[in-house]
Amino acid sequence: MSSQDWEAWNRLGAVERALGGREPQWVSARGRRSSPLTWRWTDRLALAFAWIAGVGLCLIAGAIVAYMGYRGIQYLRPKLLLERPAISTTQSGSGGFLDPLIGTALLTAIGVLLAVPLAVGGALWIAEYGRPSWLARVVESSIEMVAGTPDIVIALFGLSIFQLSFMAPFSFKAEGGGVFGRSYIAAGAMMSLIALPPMFTATRDGLQAIPAHMREAAFALGKTRIATIRRVLLPSVRSNIATGVTLGVSRIIGDTAIIVLLLGDGLRLDPQGSFPGVGLLRGTGSTLTSYVYNNSPAGEGAAPQKAYAAAFVLLLFVLVLNLVVDRIGRSQADATGLTVAGAVV
Amino acid sequence: MLERLRHPWPDHRAERTLGAVSLLVCALVVAMVVFVGIHAWPIFEHNGLAWLGSGGDVGRQVADMQNTTQHPPPSAYHLRAWPLVYGTILTTGVAVVLALAIAIFSSIFIVELAPARLRRIAIPVIRLLASVPSVIYGLIGILVLVPFVGNDLITTAQKESVQNVVELTGAGLSVTVVILTVMITPIMVALICEALVSVPNSWREGAVALGVNPVRAMLAVTLRAARPAIVAAAVLATARALGEAIMISMVSGSRAFSPKPIDGWVFFFEPLRTLASGIVDYHEGIGAPALGSALYAWALVLLFSAFVLSVGGYLIKLPLRKYQVRG
Repeated sequence: MSSQDWEAWNRLGAVERALGGREPQWVSARGRRSSPLTWRWTDRLALAFAWIAGVGLCLIAGAIVAYMGYRGIQYLRPKLLLERPAISTTQSGSGGFLDPLIGTALLTAIGVLLAVPLAVGGALWIAEYGRPSWLARVVESSIEMVAGTPDIVIALFGLSIFQLSFMAPFSFKAEGGGVFGRSYIAAGAMMSLIALPPMFTATRDGLQAIPAHMREAAFALGKTRIATIRRVLLPSVRSNIATGVTLGVSRIIGDTAIIVLLLGDGLRLDPQGSFPGVGLLRGTGSTLTSYVYNNSPAGEGAAPQKAYAAAFVLLLFVLVLNLVVDRIGRSQADATGLTVAGAVV
Repeated sequence: MLERLRHPWPDHRAERTLGAVSLLVCALVVAMVVFVGIHAWPIFEHNGLAWLGSGGDVGRQVADMQNTTQHPPPSAYHLRAWPLVYGTILTTGVAVVLALAIAIFSSIFIVELAPARLRRIAIPVIRLLASVPSVIYGLIGILVLVPFVGNDLITTAQKESVQNVVELTGAGLSVTVVILTVMITPIMVALICEALVSVPNSWREGAVALGVNPVRAMLAVTLRAARPAIVAAAVLATARALGEAIMISMVSGSRAFSPKPIDGWVFFFEPLRTLASGIVDYHEGIGAPALGSALYAWALVLLFSAFVLSVGGYLIKLPLRKYQVRG
């Protein structure tokens, strides 16, 4: 399972917009409706189940967020954000999560930088050229395939690539010269695969929602296809790309399996080689998710307080990113009346 | 060179460049299948497909694999991973069935029953459920649910009844299934709601005009029309559940043990391990060729099932096109 369900998230947003403020029939037809008491018992049972399931699901979600918020406020101290993790037997001595924060930022940057050209280029080709059509179908299915691949499989794939001897410059090396295949570059490259599907889908849907007369007008002015893309189409799908990137980023920062396999268990940044910057990228370290994982009883250090605090920060990031996506979608819909990613039901 | 790039591109070159970028994605998928397949091959070579079956203690087999040298003899590849396959099928199956029931009823609630004001809370809240990272689910599971189940739900007598076979800590089938259900419900709700919304309103109104109550109209007309979407939702959710690794590795007790229904209530508390969580649990030993090959073989099974499910989901959604339902 992808660590976050961007597809569910996207589609539910579309459902919300489609339903709008419409009141259900039993509310709008109050007075003329039949009382549930006169219904068959199976229907009454279904009615009860539906209310229980719907309200129950909301309560579960509310409980999760409320609990994480409570623990987060209880354990999160500002200095945790600025201290590096340290090895200690007590929870108070084990430092904060500055390194994991830097790690998350690094990975996000690498992942987005690699994924954006692939996703936008692919979407442009599918929507604007797409010939021969069987090849276009193959490309679309392979992106669907990437979207459906469990992240743990992608992590193993990354390990197999970066353990090849000619990939050694990109990753962490052991004392004896063995290639571990672990580094920020390796993890970031695989993260770009995680971020690819939402970016591609958002861009493609945006391009397909642009009315044909915009293209025809540009062609009539003598513009070539590529000039139309650069001057007309790309500017009008800018917010779709932003939506896709934000969804991709929220997937990257929430992913754990790839980090556990491709960055290892160390909590501190561990640069490889002396060259600043490059050494950091070739080195190993941690991210917020692996910090949570390693500080939970499942990892090595049992520091639940730190895990709660980091998980709270992680959850905040994800929620803010999702709010941003919603805001982008809404402002675009207001400005142009065009539909954004997934808005067509 | 840069000067040439700045000039407007001729169309055919742009098309070829963008096409090459798209083909790169295809190449990545092919490379993924090939690489995972190559690394998994030794296991298939030495065991055939029998490694998916049962026989012996898989925990000991994996430990033996880990202790081999860089050039292990063929006997080192012996593997019978049925407990992991069984754990995967069991958790996924139960979670999908539970989630399907919850998702169908809560979709009816959202589309048909909830007053607009309540719906404006419910949908964002379920979207929020979809955006929680799996490590946070795992954290809540291991720090809240596991101690609760271990201390309050499992009696001492139950712990003693199986203490020679397996230790019951609370981490196990029940916690795994509960959290997995919560995790896959949003995607089901999303797909089912989408289908329910796009069923033409006149169909439902027709039924109501014939004197049927709204819930019956929903069940008999709208839900029936959305049946393919419900199956598609189940298929997609199955794919998601199969690949969940981190959360399950945190809360499942991480023992290659097959929970046995014959044990009665204890069944629900017995630990297990799935294919995906096994990869996380054993990833430290990937340097040992035999064990590494086993991990890749598990990944290949996951990849293959994801592929089959996505093709299946596509085929199931085909009849939906009739109603212009976008699934």
